[in-house]
Amino acid sequence: MNTIPYFVIVPLGVAFLFPFFSRAKKGIVDFLVLFSEGFLFFLALWNVAHAGEVQVYAMGGWKSIGGIPIGIYLVMDGLTRLMLLVVNGIAFWVLLYSIVYMNQYTDPWKYYILFLLLIAGLNGVVLTGDLFNLFVFVEIASISAYALVGFGLEKEALEASIKYQVLGGIASMFILWGILLLYQLTGTLNMADIGRVILANNHPPHALHWVAGLFLAGFGLKSAIVPFHAWLPDAHPSAPSPISAMLSGVVIKGLGIYPLCRIFFNVLGFESILGSLFLGLGGLSLLLGAFCALGQVDMKRLLAYSSINQIGFILIGMGVGTPLGVLGALFHLMNHAVDKALLFLNAGSVEYATGTRDMRKLGGLRALMPVTSTTFFLGSFAIGGLPPLNGFWSKLLIIFALVEKRQYFMALVAVLGSILSLGYFIKIQRNVFLGSSKTDKKIQEVPWVMQISVIVLAIFSIGMGALLLSPFRKTVLDPAVQVLERGCVHYLHSVLGG
Amino acid sequence: MVYGLTLVLFFIGLYGILFKKNLIKIAIGLCILEYAMNLLFALVGYRKGGVAPIVTSQEGASSFFVDPLPQALVLTAIVIGLGTTALLLAFAVRMYRHYQTFDVEEMRKLQG
Repeated sequence: MNTIPYFVIVPLGVAFLFPFFSRAKKGIVDFLVLFSEGFLFFLALWNVAHAGEVQVYAMGGWKSIGGIPIGIYLVMDGLTRLMLLVVNGIAFWVLLYSIVYMNQYTDPWKYYILFLLLIAGLNGVVLTGDLFNLFVFVEIASISAYALVGFGLEKEALEASIKYQVLGGIASMFILWGILLLYQLTGTLNMADIGRVILANNHPPHALHWVAGLFLAGFGLKSAIVPFHAWLPDAHPSAPSPISAMLSGVVIKGLGIYPLCRIFFNVLGFESILGSLFLGLGGLSLLLGAFCALGQVDMKRLLAYSSINQIGFILIGMGVGTPLGVLGALFHLMNHAVDKALLFLNAGSVEYATGTRDMRKLGGLRALMPVTSTTFFLGSFAIGGLPPLNGFWSKLLIIFALVEKRQYFMALVAVLGSILSLGYFIKIQRNVFLGSSKTDKKIQEVPWVMQISVIVLAIFSIGMGALLLSPFRKTVLDPAVQVLERGCVHYLHSVLGG
Repeated sequence: MVYGLTLVLFFIGLYGILFKKNLIKIAIGLCILEYAMNLLFALVGYRKGGVAPIVTSQEGASSFFVDPLPQALVLTAIVIGLGTTALLLAFAVRMYRHYQTFDVEEMRKLQG
C-alpha cells in the first residue's frame, strides 16, 4: 500500500482545519492534534516494519515520459523511512508533553497549527525527490520554526527568532542559488534525473563544486555546523521547551543533515574531498560545541551547545563514508533525537516547576522531582556515552569507523569530545539535581501527562541499543545505510526504474 | 553582464543584512537578496529571441520559447519571500513595542 501522501496531507489538512476549532473546548483540540500525530507515528512505524523496495509517488499523476520524470516525485526509501520514524516519533511525544506545558501560554490552537505545519514541512523534506520541492518544504518548516521560537513574545524570544530568521533567510537564498545553478547545468529538477545527467557527462563541470559549496553553506547554516552556528545557542533556549526539543531533536537534522547527505551521497556523488571537509567541520563543531557548553550557566543554553557538539559526531560519521561510519552516524542521529528531546523536555519540566533555568539558582531537585531527575540522569548519560545506554554504541561505531579508516587524530578528537560531553552533563546534574535547594519556593513534580512523555523517551534511550541487534538492524538501520552507501547510480535506478 | 549585476544585487543585500543596525533595513536587505535570486531565475530561463511560452493550436513544436519552468518556480519563490518578509516585519514591530526603537545595538539581551 502506498501511504506516502498522507505524511504531508494529514498535518497540512488538520492544521488548516484548526481555525474552525478556535472556540472549541481545549480537550477537543488536544485530542485532534494528538490523534493525527499518533496516526502519522503509527504510519511511520508501519512503513519501517514493511520496509520493502523503494516506493515512488508521482504527484498529480504526472507520469514520466520516455523515462524522464516531468512531475514532482515523492520517494520512500530506507533513509526516508528512518527519518520519518524519527520526525513523527519525537513529534508525538513532544506534543503529548506540550498539552499541559503550553497552558502557560495563550491560544494553544495557534501553537498546534504551527507545530503541524512544522511536521508537514519536515515530512515533506524527507519524502521529496525534487529539488525545488525540497526548497519549498524547507521553507514551510523554517517559517513555522521561526514563529514557534518567538511564540512566547518575550524580548529574548523575539530577538532570538529575528536572528534565526535573518540567518535562515540567507541560508535559504544559498540553497535556492545552488538549486538554480544545478538546474542550469542539468536542465532538470528531479534529484534522480540530475544524478543521471551528471553521471552521463564524462567531464563533470567545475561549477558543480560551486553548487556543492552553496549547498554546504545553506544546509550548514540550517543545521548549525560550526562556522554557521551563531543562531542556535540563542534560538533553541529561547523557544518554549517542547519546541526546543523539536528544534534540537529533529529540525536541525531534518533541515540540515538529511538534505546534505541526500544531495551529496545520492545526487552529486560523494568525493573524498567532501569527506575530509565533513570530517574537518564535524571535528570543529564537536570541540567548539563541547567547550562552549562547559562554560554555560543557563541550562537550556548548555543543552543547545551540546546539540552542536553532537551534530559534529553525526557529521564525522558521515564524513568517514564507510558503511560502518554511516551506520554510526545514522544511529547517532536517532539516539541524539531521542536523548536531546528528553533532555530539553526535562529542562522544560525544571523551568515549569521552579520558574528558572539558571543553574546558579537551582539545586537539590533530586528529592523533589524524582521522575524528572531520574530520566534526566538516563538521558544525559545516554548522550554522554556511558554503556549500555544508546549513545555509547553509536559513538563507539563512529570511533571504530575512524580507526578503521586510519584517521587516528579524528578518533582522538571524537573521544575527547565524548569525554567533554560527559563533563558538561555532570555539571548540570551537580548544579541542578544534586546539592541543596537554594530557594524557599515550594517545588513539586510536574503533572503526570508530562511525566509520561519523558518516561517513554527514557525507556527508548535505554532500549535503543537493541537496534544494533541483527533483526532490528536489518529492518531499521541497514536499508538507510544502503541508500547512502550505494550512492548515485543505485538511487537513480531505484527511483527512475530500469 | 546581467549575471554580474545580479551578483552585485546579491552582495548589496548581504551588505545590508550584515552591516546595517536598523531592523527595517535588515529586512530590506533580505528582500534585496530574494529579488537578486528571483531575477537570476528569470535570467536562467531566458533564451535570446524566444517568445512567451504559450502553446496555441496554430503554432507547432517549432516555435522557439523561453524556458517556462523557472518562471513558474519564481512565482513560488516570490510567495515564500512574502511569507518570510511578513513574519520578520511582524516581529520587528513587536520588538519596537518592547524597546521603542529599531536599533539592534540596543536589543542585546542575549550574549553571542
